[in-house]
Amino acid sequence: MNNPLEKLSSTVVMGVVLTVIMVAVLAAIA
Amino acid sequence: MDLFNEVWGLFMMRWLHVISGVMWIGLLWYFNFVQIPNMGKIPDDQKPAIGKVIAPAALWWFRWAALATLATGLILAGWQGYILDAITLGIVGAAEDGFVIKHCAIGIGMWMGIIMAFNVWGVIWPNQKKALGMVQVDAASKKKAARTAMLFSRTNTLLSIPMLYAMVSAQNIY
Repeated sequence: MNNPLEKLSSTVVMGVVLTVIMVAVLAAIA
Repeated sequence: MDLFNEVWGLFMMRWLHVISGVMWIGLLWYFNFVQIPNMGKIPDDQKPAIGKVIAPAALWWFRWAALATLATGLILAGWQGYILDAITLGIVGAAEDGFVIKHCAIGIGMWMGIIMAFNVWGVIWPNQKKALGMVQVDAASKKKAARTAMLFSRTNTLLSIPMLYAMVSAQNIY
């Protein structure tokens, strides 16, 4: 399996997904 | 107006933090969105213009901006007295003040920023020195170093997106 970090678009999608998870966690504990 | 009070000092430190951060992440995004994806389109005889001139200059501003961003950020958190609360994601200090979501948000951003700055100085820069020929190594090590530097640069690009959300949200919505 290729490392998703090799593709720039995958990197950006993963960054956005990580942001959404982080926002959900912050909203849950706020 | 008293220009030399604490409010002004904190503001100047935050301004320095933001401009250093723009320099750092701007160059990170230049490497990832512009330079790396387009290197393959440059004829081999013209590649040294990037490898020998542009990339070393960009890396100089990149790594010192990373250090300046980290230093000004830690000074800001220390000066305002929430550095321990932030580093522990709001757990320390929670007993007295209750859980402070602002400290948790800025803390998540700080951890991402600290990891990114470590990647710059501990991984990307040492490997780029080999990849760009500033340190002489054999061809196989050079190729491996370029790949490691690229993957950690990509990791930082990934982290920059939630890191900026955490930093800006702590400042503006919490």
